[in-house]
Amino acid sequence: MDWSAINPILLLASLMVAATPIILASVGELIVERAGVLNLGVEGMMITGAVCGFIVAVNSGSPWLGFIGAAVGGAILSLLFGFLTQFLLSNQVATGLALTLFGLGLSALMGQSYVGIKAPEFADWHIPLLGDIPVLGPILFQHDPMVYVGLGLVAAVWAFLKFSRAGLILRAVGENHEAAHALGYHVVRVRMLAIMFGGACAGLGGAYLSLVRVPQWTEGMTAGAGWIALAIVVFASWKPLRLLLGAYLFGGVTVLQLNLQAAGMAIPVEYLSMSPYLATIAVLVIMRAGRAPGSLGQSFHASR
Amino acid sequence: MTMKTILAGATIAASLSTTAFADDPTKVGFVYVGPVGDGGWTYEHDQGRLAVEEAFGDAVETVYVENVPEGADAERVLQQMALGGADLIFTTSFGYMDPTINVAEKFPDVMFEHATGYKMADNVSVYSARFYEGRAVQGHIAGQMTESNVIGYIGSFPIPEVIRGINSAYIHAKAVNPDVEFKIVWAYTWFDPAKEAEAATVLIEQGADVILQHTDSTAPQAAAQAAGNVVTFGQASDMAEFGPFPRVSSIIDNWAPYYIARTQAVIDGTWESTNTWDGIGAGMVGIGEITDAVPAEVKASAEALRDSLASGEYHAFTGPLNKQDGTAWLAEGETADDGTLAGMNFYVEGLTGEIPQ
Repeated sequence: MDWSAINPILLLASLMVAATPIILASVGELIVERAGVLNLGVEGMMITGAVCGFIVAVNSGSPWLGFIGAAVGGAILSLLFGFLTQFLLSNQVATGLALTLFGLGLSALMGQSYVGIKAPEFADWHIPLLGDIPVLGPILFQHDPMVYVGLGLVAAVWAFLKFSRAGLILRAVGENHEAAHALGYHVVRVRMLAIMFGGACAGLGGAYLSLVRVPQWTEGMTAGAGWIALAIVVFASWKPLRLLLGAYLFGGVTVLQLNLQAAGMAIPVEYLSMSPYLATIAVLVIMRAGRAPGSLGQSFHASR
Repeated sequence: MTMKTILAGATIAASLSTTAFADDPTKVGFVYVGPVGDGGWTYEHDQGRLAVEEAFGDAVETVYVENVPEGADAERVLQQMALGGADLIFTTSFGYMDPTINVAEKFPDVMFEHATGYKMADNVSVYSARFYEGRAVQGHIAGQMTESNVIGYIGSFPIPEVIRGINSAYIHAKAVNPDVEFKIVWAYTWFDPAKEAEAATVLIEQGADVILQHTDSTAPQAAAQAAGNVVTFGQASDMAEFGPFPRVSSIIDNWAPYYIARTQAVIDGTWESTNTWDGIGAGMVGIGEITDAVPAEVKASAEALRDSLASGEYHAFTGPLNKQDGTAWLAEGETADDGTLAGMNFYVEGLTGEIPQ
């Protein structure tokens, strides 16, 4: 095999891009689950965000407005989930699965007249000075802005959970909603906000696919990315920084295995194809330390 | 009145109602592996379905199910379609082969048509197109368009259909450019735009300046466009929106005439289990317009190649050809027989890498 065909700088640079949709979607789901809600509808919210973002971007000509549209679209869809689970107390697992199916169908319907259209271009940022550093520049500082938005979100979520009072309340609601309620916190309100945040993030992740990675609209284009995001939240023990590691690992091994294939690596392709999943699960399970939020997946009603 | 009599009565009523509605429109079902909006493979099958609707009007009713996974799920969908009164069912992906055979056994009165497979039964026909003829034209153009002499190929699954395409493209690229090299990446999916885009990007990063794809979405086209100097070809569908560059030509599947003919056969009661494999000549494979990004003389020779394939005077697999390990396959002037082509599981000499088993 021909190792020289693989350029490690380009490999690491594309790793950052490959991981971004998963980072965006999973950081939102992390907040949702830390608030004690299990929303399995990530895939549905992602694909809805992808189509909403695409429609807004094509009609307005601005990818930025597209991303805002995607966040709004994802959040609106998640409101449906929130209403059903928080006010009507429906089963979260079933409702989440239904949300995925609904999102896939809804997005196909919305995107009917947008198949085969190109998205407005979303230019890479070449950060001055930092982008010119040899080796590190092309790896870290020459991406499109959403890569940094994703990183910023992870940092913000980490700080929010660790240092802010609101983060503490959110965690309290997730750990023990009865206790949080007894202390006078509005459990349902906190959870609704968390669910909306999760929807908005999933929407952004979807729009990253339809506006940057692919970039066009095709039905079913998320192709399971939402499920990966969900799995990474669990394997990262609900910790933002581990989540970042998991997403980079997954994105990295995905890109690496394609590179190895193209370079003619003598390992059977089947093993290479399963390697991103195996590597991510193995590393995160070995490092696994945390436990699930105490009230995860349980319905809450003040009268009980 | 026992349960048995009730059931018997219900069965008689049911069979009566089937006969009573014999004048009902012929029901034709389609099972798709991707969404109808994929812009490629499934899109073209759906165009065929729409052509059937248009040709027969009220005499035919069509139903379709999209995004059906290959495997056990397909069996369930097929069964439901057959129970729903379909008279003819087209299963349009290789992986539906065994489900189609299994369900066909249970419904001897329903006709099945399976695309790109090789297992037949009294009520199961197989049909496919000689896409490798289109691949020959692609390879011919690709070999002359490449400057880096590296051609990237995104394979879906290592099945004969895809391997045939790789071999055919390689033989004809090599014929016009002895230095050409193929880099092959297996995506293990027919449709995953993000993965296809990634595969295309990886190939481009490793020096490929022509990308051939055997996956169904237009994502590789977009990746090539972003790279700026990379040539692509439309797959299954014309993908003209990416022309005149990077998409310089395409292979177009045209199923409509076949679907109309088979539906007609069911209506007439003349349907028989057949094995159809048509190419450019019969119109099942079309070569999309070769754009001006291709030099005029290359375009002319590509069109000449297309015409000679269509007329049958040239076969895309004509010897002398060796297998990858150097053993002789076809002698000078000998052409490959359909049996070998249908089960092709080897690379021709010059290709590197192994076919995943």
